Amino acid sequence: MKLLVCVSKTPETTTKIQLTADGKNIDTTGVQYIMNPYDEWYALVRALELKESAGGTVTILNVGPADNDSIIRKGLAIGADDAVRIDVTDEKDSLFTARQIAEYARGKDYDIIFFGKETISYNASEVGAMVAEFLDLPYIGDAIALEMEGGSATVTRDIEGGEEVIEVATPIALSAAKGLAEQRIPNMRGIMMAKRKPLEVVAAVDYPDTTRIAGYTKPEEKGSVKLIDPENMDELVRLLHEEAKVI
Amino acid sequence: MVLVYAEPTNGAFKKVAHELVNYARKTADVLGVECHALVLGDTPGAEALGAYGAGTVHRVISPQLEAFDAAVYTVAIADAAKKLGATVIILPHNSTGKNITGRLAARLEAGSVAGANAVPMMKDGYFTVTKPVFSGKAFADVQLLTDVKVISLAGNSIRVEETGGEATVTDLAIDLPAAKTKVVKHQVATGRVPLPEAELVVSGGRGVKGPEHWDVITDLAEALGATTACSRPVADSDWRPHHEHVGQTGVAIRPNLYIAAGISGAIQHLAGVNNSKTIVVINKDPEAPFFKAADYGVVGDLFEVLPRLTEAVKKFKG
Repeated sequence: MKLLVCVSKTPETTTKIQLTADGKNIDTTGVQYIMNPYDEWYALVRALELKESAGGTVTILNVGPADNDSIIRKGLAIGADDAVRIDVTDEKDSLFTARQIAEYARGKDYDIIFFGKETISYNASEVGAMVAEFLDLPYIGDAIALEMEGGSATVTRDIEGGEEVIEVATPIALSAAKGLAEQRIPNMRGIMMAKRKPLEVVAAVDYPDTTRIAGYTKPEEKGSVKLIDPENMDELVRLLHEEAKVI
Repeated sequence: MVLVYAEPTNGAFKKVAHELVNYARKTADVLGVECHALVLGDTPGAEALGAYGAGTVHRVISPQLEAFDAAVYTVAIADAAKKLGATVIILPHNSTGKNITGRLAARLEAGSVAGANAVPMMKDGYFTVTKPVFSGKAFADVQLLTDVKVISLAGNSIRVEETGGEATVTDLAIDLPAAKTKVVKHQVATGRVPLPEAELVVSGGRGVKGPEHWDVITDLAEALGATTACSRPVADSDWRPHHEHVGQTGVAIRPNLYIAAGISGAIQHLAGVNNSKTIVVINKDPEAPFFKAADYGVVGDLFEVLPRLTEAVKKFKG
């Protein structure tokens, strides 16, 4: 099986997001970056499991600057065979990113193109569906199980309050949610081997911006907490009803 | 025209559809244009979407729409939008929307915002939509630069206002492709509001000490009519199903009331819940960081406080 796993770079999960003084950008001073957890923990690992059971190759794809190579190398250390970075210096929107991935993948006969269910930075869940539309592939979002039998995939996806099971013939694209696989930690041998695995850098194709971020704001700070006597829960109920008006 | 995909919930138009249509109405008012709704299938009660602001409801009825296939739904919505001359298309940011929004934006090469939480505005001459980013740690103002625009709306984002009136319902014919996917099982638990739509949520953390003690959480949820949730360590330990996990790498929620018991409030947890309108934190550790993000706090043993709160709620509901 020929598998492609698309990965993003996101701030580490404990990052406190700060804005620049003019509010136009995120202040990236001191921010540590990681591979987006859904891409690493679930999409990449499920792809590796499929390769281990049925044979094939796992390629990692990232759209971004040379700084991202450390994240790509981590994916190689976890077990991917090779990697591609489409060279883009500035941060771009979902449609631009999807266009790059689609143009790269077109005609290369990947059986499955994997994405994480969303990035923990922009939380859009859009790029996978966009790539699927550009390539005219079926796309299944929020996959929590994936079983293969020959060229036929059985995918279970999360829906509100339940789940849906879908049968579909490859090639397909899907996004990985919690449950699809278990996180793997790279070992020393993997880290050493990753240094010798191929990482191809490809030029981006031109595509216009369809969106632009004008600026950012932070959520309003909560006022100080109102402490309630643990013996007096009638008082809490009264406040929730009369003051907060939520019950 | 603003065109909104009015999605039914288990065969009827409920809160999801009402909020979407009302959001579309408010968007149309900002632009000074008409608000139309699109219904895929023969769900009864389409005319009643008028009460939330749709002037006309267009229905596409086809056997190909009976089971969900994202590519087929995308063609239906894209072609309807083209035929009707829609300039803004609105979808839900739920499991349906996450399968369609990106496809639709790509098909129409339209600028899109997925997971908007506020009505669009014209700002500095640009159509601008706000959405949470970094799992709720910040908001971004996104300008949409294309003639046709796609927005998906996060649940519980606006106050739904009934405007009254009935919509005119007309049928629309669209040629649809064959589905490449086949739904072999569709299973939804009834009786409980799904977390992303829930207005009231009761959540437990490691402080509950094990799945055998979860009654204190479920009893309070039952009394309130709330949905239950949990922190990541709880889901990772299989004390509760993973779909109950709220936080940065779980479900992001924005209920009116979030009650957290035995959860210390790590930044990854706060990221998924800090858009809740009111937060109550119950923890025996007065230094728990969650108290800094709470509106109301109770410092005490949750095994004493929660049953007391459950009784107080029952008394209040009488």
